Amino acid sequence: MKLLNKFILAFSMALMPIAAQAQDANPAEAASDAVAAGVPAADTAPVVADAAADGEAEAALPEYTQVDVTTADVVGRPEAGGIDFQEQYTDNGIYAKWINNAILLPIIIVISLFVLGLIGWVIVRYNRKANPQASKTTHNTTIEVIWTLVPVLILLGIAYPSLDLLARQFKPAPEGAVTVKATGYQWYWTYTYPDHGGFEIVSNMLKEEKDAGEGERFRTDADGPDLMAVDNRMVVPVGVPIRLQTTAADVIHSFAVPSLWYKLDAVPGRLNEKALTIKKPGVYFGQCSELCGARHGYMPIAIEALPPAQFANWVKAKGGKMPAEIKAEQAAAAAKAKADAASAAAAAASEGVDAGAGNDAAAEPGEVDASDKAGVQDAPAVQ
Amino acid sequence: MNTIAANPGDFHDDTHDADHKPGFFARWFMSTNHKDIGTLYLIFAIFAGIIGGGISGMMRVELAQPGVQYLGQWATWLSGTEATWDQALHMWNVLITAHGLIMVFFMVMPAIIGGFGNWFVPIMIGAPDMAFPRMNNVSFWLTFVAFIMLLGSTFVPGGTGLGAGTGWTVYAPLSTSGSVGPAVDMAIFSLHLAGAASILGAVNFITTILNMRAPGMTLHKMPLFVWSVLVTAFLLLLALPVLAAAITMLLVDRNFGGAFFDAAAGGDPVLYQHLFWFFGHPEVYIMILPAFGIVSQIVATFSRKPVFGYLGMAYAMVAIGVVGFVVWAHHMFTVGMSVEMKMYFTAATMVIAVPTGIKIFSWIATMWGGSVSFKVPMVWALGFIFMFTVGGVTGVVLANGGIDDNLHDTYYVVAHFHYVLSLGAVFGLFAGFYYWFPKMSGRHMSELLGHLHFWIFFIGVNVMFFPMHFLGNQGMPRRYPDYTAAYAYWNEIASIGYMIMAVGVLIFFINLAYAYLAGRKAEGNYWGEGATTLEWTLTSPPPFHQFEELPVVK
Repeated sequence: MKLLNKFILAFSMALMPIAAQAQDANPAEAASDAVAAGVPAADTAPVVADAAADGEAEAALPEYTQVDVTTADVVGRPEAGGIDFQEQYTDNGIYAKWINNAILLPIIIVISLFVLGLIGWVIVRYNRKANPQASKTTHNTTIEVIWTLVPVLILLGIAYPSLDLLARQFKPAPEGAVTVKATGYQWYWTYTYPDHGGFEIVSNMLKEEKDAGEGERFRTDADGPDLMAVDNRMVVPVGVPIRLQTTAADVIHSFAVPSLWYKLDAVPGRLNEKALTIKKPGVYFGQCSELCGARHGYMPIAIEALPPAQFANWVKAKGGKMPAEIKAEQAAAAAKAKADAASAAAAAASEGVDAGAGNDAAAEPGEVDASDKAGVQDAPAVQ
Repeated sequence: MNTIAANPGDFHDDTHDADHKPGFFARWFMSTNHKDIGTLYLIFAIFAGIIGGGISGMMRVELAQPGVQYLGQWATWLSGTEATWDQALHMWNVLITAHGLIMVFFMVMPAIIGGFGNWFVPIMIGAPDMAFPRMNNVSFWLTFVAFIMLLGSTFVPGGTGLGAGTGWTVYAPLSTSGSVGPAVDMAIFSLHLAGAASILGAVNFITTILNMRAPGMTLHKMPLFVWSVLVTAFLLLLALPVLAAAITMLLVDRNFGGAFFDAAAGGDPVLYQHLFWFFGHPEVYIMILPAFGIVSQIVATFSRKPVFGYLGMAYAMVAIGVVGFVVWAHHMFTVGMSVEMKMYFTAATMVIAVPTGIKIFSWIATMWGGSVSFKVPMVWALGFIFMFTVGGVTGVVLANGGIDDNLHDTYYVVAHFHYVLSLGAVFGLFAGFYYWFPKMSGRHMSELLGHLHFWIFFIGVNVMFFPMHFLGNQGMPRRYPDYTAAYAYWNEIASIGYMIMAVGVLIFFINLAYAYLAGRKAEGNYWGEGATTLEWTLTSPPPFHQFEELPVVK
């Protein structure tokens, strides 16, 4: 990463003055973004979230219910007849959309219109009637050098923010970020929460009322748009870095949510990872974006971003535990194991058995016990 | 003992002359004449284009409104039994796969390299024929068999339903463990044959161009169309063996217990994508470079000026060809690659915009100061220049790995590559067809119908493909048979665009019929002053064997 930053810096030096300005702007921008979003600095966020969760979970929040899309403040989804990118709800997404709309789009429109204008001028000025005698010009070194160098400069101007965006997108999730593993299947997604006891959510597309079987749950507007609403959403805390991992069980799928500027292929045998921090509570819809067989178009993605306390509440509802809770349990188990070992050792000593062997034997069940608990939480997979 | 003639001519009949033609079967099924083989390629490409274009019509009709309307019906017709929901959806994947493979391997490539390349490369360099005439014949018939093989794959099981539904990229493991049945094997064999045909064709073109130029025709005097085919032939020669290797590995994984792309046995599906796109990216230049060449010829002819910056134009194509080999992973930005790789492929991809820009500006500079007449081929060439620019600049957007994170595998990509192919390569094809048709057939097409064809087609494809940028921005994924209500508006408009375009194509066929029924006879150089390459020194159509006495180029 250091090398990368140096490269970008060197690049920007070469690109004065545009890059110099951008260079100045960047740190400030990043800092103000974090403040504006009301998001604590990334490194401390999970701790804060956990603390909040621990504090408020006690205060008996109402039981978890799925966020109603018709009343939610923020819903990331396509709008009818829309032409621009969807509204963005991550810092990187806002930056990327800005790069496209403020830099790339004006440049490509100007270039296209410039070429169109030149063609138009040729049609008006150099048609056979207006210019019956063709010139004999076949070379002009100056202009050839110009139309080689000017595009090079334009591209360098594009490359600076573009590479900067990549560097930001590849910032790894900080220590203690919430890990969610999305696994693609033909044709649905599952979401596993290894930091929260490892429980798993199975997420299937909701059918329309006319297609649903007797007694089967069908989509309502509260669930989301047609072909995008799911029965069980991937729920994450808002404002907290998420370490989103993707993989697949059968063929390649792709986890994509346009309003979060997020797309990462889910490849069998690989565990891809990209950090994600959602700025606002809401529901964000996406769809599988790699051809994966017949029902490729029917395995949507819905992410529900909740305030950390409500997220903890949801975790509880799914039979999971918050990391602080798990840590406390593990500590207790370790302490108990230690105490057991001590008493066993004492007993062994009194019985004249080798104390070292007894210690090992006693410690192991304690460890197994802790991981067993995590394993148990796998069970209540919600279908 | 066999009698061996001292002179092969001894066995010919006495009426032997430059225009002596063999009988029908020998001429069209055993052809060794580059012009006849070129004609066969063009006829073949037109038929393939009708099928591939018809398939896109089926897709646009299905996508005209939300919901799945016709797929079940089509799947039922195909299999003869009532199709299940999954089989109906599989039908969609078969359509997108067939459309992609047909348009790339059996329409654009045969037309632009096999058709125009065969017809005009030997003539433009003053050669009597291609270097290996019989190999030329093999190339064509391999392509033909490959096409039959691909069409046949539609009628055999391919997993969920009949036909190969893997997409033209044939990504593993959907194409290996994900598609049981012979359809995908047949599609792979089809690609093998088409690939072998192209490699043989490439060898033939390289040998012809490097060895059979007329006296005085130095490399730096070659027409730019010949340059474009030379560069293309090298791309084919280097890229297609990699495709052959990749799809052979697919076959091994599918049938012989291989595990190149099977993660569970230590393979990696991403390896396939690297191999495929190492071929796949040069492949897009294989389709567009000859179109560059055609447009260069046409712009010079109708401006009555030599091409501006000839050497820059030639070496820009060489540069595009070379750089085209080191940018492939921009097709796989979301696959989960390292930041260094993504930065490299972002930067390298952008570099291609520079030689492409040189070409665009040189075409405009060629017209600048010229005495331009806007005949039908010129209008298509102008359309090409502008539409290729639009497709090119969206390519610059997609080149940015960080931006592509949102646009990858959306309709923005579909819009982009149809702007450079359906509005780029295909405009180049039509430009070349109107430019050379009278030379090939001896008959003129109608100017009026040609202009009408251009404008209706131009409007149609733009109405069809431009809204796809909006759909992509809004996040609509590619290769979807159905979409949420929000995407309905622009999809309906795109489907209307298809119908407009189809009317344009209909006018093209009417024009073709008109040319044969009532077209004026074409003289040798019907474009006049600006047409300076060697094909204009011959009659229209040229004699069966041209340049029995080699022309001397000053």
